[in-house]
Amino acid sequence: MSAWLTAANTLRTTEIVQIRTESPTVKTYVLPDRLCCKAKPGQFLMLWIPGIDEIPLSIMEAKNGLVSVSVKVVGDATRHLHGMEAGATVGVRGPFGNSFTESRGRILLVGGGTGVAPLLFLARQLSAKTERLSFVEGAKTKDELLFVRELGGICNEKSLITTTEDGTAGLQCLVTEPLASLLDREHFDMIYTCGPEVMVKKIFEITEQRKLPLEASLERLMRCGIGLCGSCMIGKYRVCRDGPVFTAAQLREVKDELGVSKLGFDGSRIPV
Amino acid sequence: MERNPLRVSFAGLELENPTILASGVLGYSAESLDRVVRAGAGAVVTKSIGVEPRVGYVNPTLVQAEAGFLNAMGLPNPGIGVYVQEIGHCKTVLRAPLVVSVFGYSAQEYAGVAKKAASAGADAVELNVSCPHVRQTGAEIGQDPKILKEVVENVKAVIDVPLIVKLSPNVSDIALLGRAAVEAGADALTAVNTLKAVAIDVETTRPVLANVKGGLSGAAVKPVALRCVWDIFEELPDVPIIGCGGISSWSDAVEFFLAGASAVQIGSAVAFDEGIFNAVNRGVLSYLRRKHLGSVKELVGLAHRS
Ligand SMILES: Cc1cc2nc3c(=O)[nH]c(=O)nc-3n(C[C@H](O)[C@H](O)[C@H](O)COP(=O)(O)OP(=O)(O)OC[C@H]3O[C@@H](n4cnc5c(N)ncnc54)[C@H](O)[C@@H]3O)c2cc1C
Ligand SMILES: Cc1cc2nc3c(=O)[nH]c(=O)nc-3n(C[C@H](O)[C@H](O)[C@H](O)COP(=O)(O)O)c2cc1C
Ligand code: FES
Repeated sequence: MSAWLTAANTLRTTEIVQIRTESPTVKTYVLPDRLCCKAKPGQFLMLWIPGIDEIPLSIMEAKNGLVSVSVKVVGDATRHLHGMEAGATVGVRGPFGNSFTESRGRILLVGGGTGVAPLLFLARQLSAKTERLSFVEGAKTKDELLFVRELGGICNEKSLITTTEDGTAGLQCLVTEPLASLLDREHFDMIYTCGPEVMVKKIFEITEQRKLPLEASLERLMRCGIGLCGSCMIGKYRVCRDGPVFTAAQLREVKDELGVSKLGFDGSRIPV
Repeated sequence: MERNPLRVSFAGLELENPTILASGVLGYSAESLDRVVRAGAGAVVTKSIGVEPRVGYVNPTLVQAEAGFLNAMGLPNPGIGVYVQEIGHCKTVLRAPLVVSVFGYSAQEYAGVAKKAASAGADAVELNVSCPHVRQTGAEIGQDPKILKEVVENVKAVIDVPLIVKLSPNVSDIALLGRAAVEAGADALTAVNTLKAVAIDVETTRPVLANVKGGLSGAAVKPVALRCVWDIFEELPDVPIIGCGGISSWSDAVEFFLAGASAVQIGSAVAFDEGIFNAVNRGVLSYLRRKHLGSVKELVGLAHRS
């Protein structure tokens, strides 16, 4: 999106028109917004919960004048949001950040936690154009595996691998475990990932060993969301503006920080 | 050898060009400051640093306003004890002068932080006495000539690098405050910090910023900032002034030089274009050529003579 659309993107209020429960800890919120409904997969928005906080959220779906975000309860802001009902007023700025590049051929997506949300958006967009789409999704337990039904409709059965740490669904292992053998068995033209940073780091190491292309969406503390305040730096990059999607080449430049350190709320370097 | 017409020197600082990154914009890590230097800035100012770590206010801390931004970050910073390492890191990577911005809640705090910043390698110290949005700091100090003097004197006594005082526009007579700072030992003045402002959302009938009040920056404040520079130059024609507020093009920068600024700081415009520093420098250079002038210095205060 153009620099002007980012910098001059004023806050507007809108109404939550629908709320869906995706898992015991994740709900999806659907909002009308004339700018965010045109977002591309990988972009995020800043959601204002009036009187509480304003937080960055990846866009999970954008069409017909509506935008959706899927939110996991982790703290104060997300708890308030989970307490809201359809009809409540929230504020929106965005869409911000870059997006995943559209590639063709054989595509692999690897997601963990709410990181699956932007990948679902991407998978929907790519499904029409690609030869084959594979998805590896991981969660702690069966109830927390997100969008399995939706992904099942996009990838064929064999191409959707799920993993849980407790073995309640799919393979009992971390999401990164089936990856190495999958990559040795099959050829992929592009790999996309989003999820916990330690997972992203592991995937980066696996794709680097095999010299495979990768795009990863990262998270950092965000305040302005438009590249001004410097809260979200990783190396020389602003995650909110130059990211949140980074290529393997960029990840190489920031590998000392990836999965290791980030800036905390006071601007000091803290462990991820 | 051909002289670089963009080169400026004032208060003991030597800059390759007159554009400086304003405090609070991309100002924490050495990597981000280095990126701004590579994008063409002649010097960079860090985020304002205090004695203790501060996490700042919760969001919203920044909101887009008409032709500008309203921010109330709440001075999030890691505290000088931790930040000295970053200053050290900066000194190994930056190829332009590093100005460390300092704030405090008392003259002693300002002096303590400034001293540590200078010994860690800061090329200059800028006092943020005008931050309008944290209670018990900024506004009070920068609005009262007596308190301001006390702060500046205390800092001056403990550092030997250039001391810049960044003034608040939220006063009735900015030149008076400028004079107080200079009499107390300031080597240069930055004018200005943000203008106190409020944004309200009509649907929720609430102020948008978590802190309610914030500071306005960007194009909206330019004419006010320019007037501030004008007033200070009239009162103190021999004191170097760094113009700041709403600069987003080479002609904005030239307006500030003509009003009396020796250099300019740029903050908000970075959101529109990171190439702003180079763009301003190129524009100023061709303006100088067109006007048959040899240096930026020849422009400083020119509008006052006509
Ligand atoms: C680009 C991006 C996309 C994101 N997408 C999603 C998503 O689709 N779904 C989802 O559930 N979560 C997403 N997050 C994370 C989400 O922003 C945080 O979970 C949320 O801000 C937590 O707020 P809280 O008050 O509930 O928790 P808190 O108790 O305030 O914090 C819990 C943790 O959340 C993180 N966090 C808090 N505030 C922020 C902030 N302003 N910016 C970034 N991280 C913060 C910190 O790591 C913190 O330790 C995304 C974050 C980023 C940066
Ligand atoms: C997000 C943001 C954070 C800021 N933080 C500081 C700060 O910590 N210390 C300070 O002296 N000024 C701070 N400022 C003020 C700027 O340095 C500058 O004085 C002001 O924005 C006007 O210049 P501009 O219109 O070019 O942005 C901040 C401004 C913005 C937009
Ligand atoms: S959140 Fe402010 S620069 Fe990225």
